[in-house]
Amino acid sequence: MTEMVYGAVPDRGGEPILPKWWRTLDKWTMSCVLILFVIGLLLGLAASVPLAERNGFAPFHYVQRQAVFGGGALIAMLLTSMMSPVLVRRLAVLGFVAAFVALVFLPFFGTDFGKGAVRWYSLGFASVQPSEFLKPGFVVAAAWLMAASQQINGPPGTAWSFVLCAVIAGLLVMQPDFGQACLVMFGWGVMYFVAGAPMLLLIVMAALVVLGGAMAYSGSEHFARRIDGFLNPEVDPTTQLGYAADAIREGGFLGVGVGEGQVKWSLPDAHTDFIIAVAAEEYGLVLVLIVIALFCLITVRSLLRLMRERDPFIRLAGTGLAAMFGVQAMINMGVAVRLLPAKGMTLPFVSYGGSSLIAGGIAVGMLLAFTRTRPQGEIGDFLRGRG
Amino acid sequence: MIRTPLRPLARILPARAKGENPDAIERENIRRRHEDMQDRARNRAEGRLLMLGLFFLCAFVTVGARMGLLATSEPAEPLTSAVGADIANQRADIVDRKGRVLATNFETFSLYAQPRQMVDPQAVVAGLAAIFPDLDARRLLRDFTGKRKFVWIKKKISPEQKQAVHDLGDPGLLFGPREMRLYPNGRLAAHVLGGAGFGKEGVSAAEVIGVAGVEKQFDGYLRDPANSGKPLQLSLDLSVQAAAERVLLGGMKLMSAKGATSILMNVHTGEVVSMVSLPDFDPNDRPVPALQGDPSDSPLFNRAVQGVYELGSTFKIFTAAQAMDLGLVNAETPINTRRPLIQSGHEIGEFNNKHYGPELSVSMVIEKSSNVGTARLAQMIGIDRQRQFFDDLGLLEATGLELIEAQGGRPLVPRNWGVLEMMTISFGHGLSATPMHLAAGYAAIANGGRYVSPTILKQDRPQYGPRVLSEDSAAAARQMLRRVVTHGTASFGEVPGYAVAGKTGTADKPKPKGGYYKDKVITTFASMFPAHDPEFVLIVTLDEPSIFASGKLRRTAGWTAVPVAAEMIERLAPLLGMRPAVEPGQVAGITLTSN
Repeated sequence: MTEMVYGAVPDRGGEPILPKWWRTLDKWTMSCVLILFVIGLLLGLAASVPLAERNGFAPFHYVQRQAVFGGGALIAMLLTSMMSPVLVRRLAVLGFVAAFVALVFLPFFGTDFGKGAVRWYSLGFASVQPSEFLKPGFVVAAAWLMAASQQINGPPGTAWSFVLCAVIAGLLVMQPDFGQACLVMFGWGVMYFVAGAPMLLLIVMAALVVLGGAMAYSGSEHFARRIDGFLNPEVDPTTQLGYAADAIREGGFLGVGVGEGQVKWSLPDAHTDFIIAVAAEEYGLVLVLIVIALFCLITVRSLLRLMRERDPFIRLAGTGLAAMFGVQAMINMGVAVRLLPAKGMTLPFVSYGGSSLIAGGIAVGMLLAFTRTRPQGEIGDFLRGRG
Repeated sequence: MIRTPLRPLARILPARAKGENPDAIERENIRRRHEDMQDRARNRAEGRLLMLGLFFLCAFVTVGARMGLLATSEPAEPLTSAVGADIANQRADIVDRKGRVLATNFETFSLYAQPRQMVDPQAVVAGLAAIFPDLDARRLLRDFTGKRKFVWIKKKISPEQKQAVHDLGDPGLLFGPREMRLYPNGRLAAHVLGGAGFGKEGVSAAEVIGVAGVEKQFDGYLRDPANSGKPLQLSLDLSVQAAAERVLLGGMKLMSAKGATSILMNVHTGEVVSMVSLPDFDPNDRPVPALQGDPSDSPLFNRAVQGVYELGSTFKIFTAAQAMDLGLVNAETPINTRRPLIQSGHEIGEFNNKHYGPELSVSMVIEKSSNVGTARLAQMIGIDRQRQFFDDLGLLEATGLELIEAQGGRPLVPRNWGVLEMMTISFGHGLSATPMHLAAGYAAIANGGRYVSPTILKQDRPQYGPRVLSEDSAAAARQMLRRVVTHGTASFGEVPGYAVAGKTGTADKPKPKGGYYKDKVITTFASMFPAHDPEFVLIVTLDEPSIFASGKLRRTAGWTAVPVAAEMIERLAPLLGMRPAVEPGQVAGITLTSN
């Protein structure tokens, strides 16, 4: 009766957003990200003090900023993870276009903050690094193009995405920012690999890389010196790498104690590129292994979840995001332990940096959106006798 | 792959017959094909994603394992140690043949300023100017009050100066540890040692690099930590070198020469036991190379290995020795010395326009130093053989002496080695070489005909190279050289008990723009002792000497270089451990007297 008078309760059709989000979300991955963020704040307390002192701020100035940006990043992550893959794709592609334009105009309007590479837009209260936002956007756009090429009568999306990748890498190299350029190319390569790159091509490319490396080694003295320095087991204790290695040694299992570390006073990039060395010195191997395990868990778990994914776009986009996230962490920590030649790269969520944090939040949010549990047509398969 | 057609006629035709839309069949087939494609892609992706996951797992495990390994190993270097403390005392010492130090390291300090931390720049500048009079006070004040954060003031300061700066008491003045090269013997062997300076420089350390001499030649060895401080041992003998410098300096002043050089070389090992070039310098305070003027007038110039001179008649013995070695002549063969000898429109003259008569024996040609006679010998030898012999004696290339300067001492060889050049070269004109070349050539005659390459490093055994002369020819040549001292132009060179043999050479100095000076000569005495079995070769060269003797102004080698060389032999031979031989027939004349 009441319904006849007041009208029926509107049927929203389907599950409410939050319960559905919570039910389908990869809660493990999200917990790991939250823990990483807390660890990042903790390390910021130690690592950013010298920087604040150098720049004449209060000791925990950068920790406060990190907390503010981190809050923003977490909100961005949660919001993004609630979106549907289609919405993520649309927004991400729009965001990618915006970031791409920003990257193109960087040489004209950007600043270099006296560091020799024009990578930032200065907004007064903060600076923005477009390439950080470009990376997740590019992954989504490239995944969209590649997935489209897998449709019947689809466009040659793989080739287009390659052209896009090359253009972006070129723009990044011009800044110059070889690290980001490598990361973008790596992300594209992983997606192409999962999208079904011919094995022969992969072998040929690997051979070309080895050949190119050998030629660069014999042809360029600078390059050779970098590699020799990397291969040389005796590291000069006065270089950044030497400081980092010594910091890890000093730390041992349990660290020298909070605030007792010395390396942060010697390394100019203690709060970004070498934050893992600060962590190792002050908190010891235990915390470092926890950090490594967290990164490993996020990356590998996401990839395994994507194995079941039926939609090519979601699969590819998720793969690209997870791989970029993982490899960035791996390179950062690999440099500190001299598994890899010196290359500046931030540790996602842990290193200080506004752009890096927020873009990282958005990227992980997308990843969470892509790895949500979805019906994968198992029953249809079963019925058709294909399962 | 067999592709099923999208519109198989076998199904289309019946469908048409039944009035169904055949497009539905096509759509269904497209859907199937698409699904197949997607399934294939998914299966492939599944495998590859697994690979990717494993790759990341392995990579992270590797990083973690490496972290663990690193964390459990001991810290290699304490972090707090001053950078560069381990660099100190790394450059190896240089010692002489008996282990006496020629160059070592010394710890001192550099002085720099951080103007930001300076309390009173004016007072600091005033104080510094009082301590270091050579500082430019006005510039210093500008540096201290400007925007600079860091200013070098002095690279090396003494302990007294350090204390004085310390007493200024300004926190903006700071000291950095420095290691400097110290040559405790001052000017001794300056040209051999060269000198050292600072290379890459930091606040807490600076790299010491060699800039000349053996310091530069062996820079790699001296800096190589792998040698663990093992000193570089030279062939020089400190006491011999000191005596040689002393005597040569006296001789140079006595003969009013503007420069002088001497080389004492062991004829069997090639070791240079002493090498002097005057004027010299103090390697502790190496002068700045002059930008103007003739570099050969600079005290930095090492005449012994860089000075390329026409060495004159000292070359004649090479011609005579070769002629004998080829069997063309023997010591007594008469040679036509009749003048004039005209070749290619030039007359081969004699010194002071002398006439030696129609003929002289080969021995006499050397003794009297006859240009014409030597040119006749060269005519017999011929261009090609002469050139080959000079090449064998190392007279056409830079010597192999291990001094950075020696590599620049390349002989000046005539571009066109014709008959005229052959004749002039035979008596030492038209081919310029360094005294070191001459020493190596004479050593070959002295040691019985084997080439030895001169060396500055201590050797343990003879270093004979290829044979250039037969034993007999070398012995005959030595006899001729001995006669030059006993009967010929080098009569002032006789040193009782040491049987000096040698040959004089007096060459007019060439003008920079061609032609020769009438009154400027380079005199050389190339000698060896003792003549019957020589152990050492001594070359003495004086630049523009002259002395007023016996009522005449004398410039020839016999009056200038020879007496200096004789004095050197007399002083050096005992230091070299050689005893004077009691010569037969020199028994003191005992006269029987009766009263």
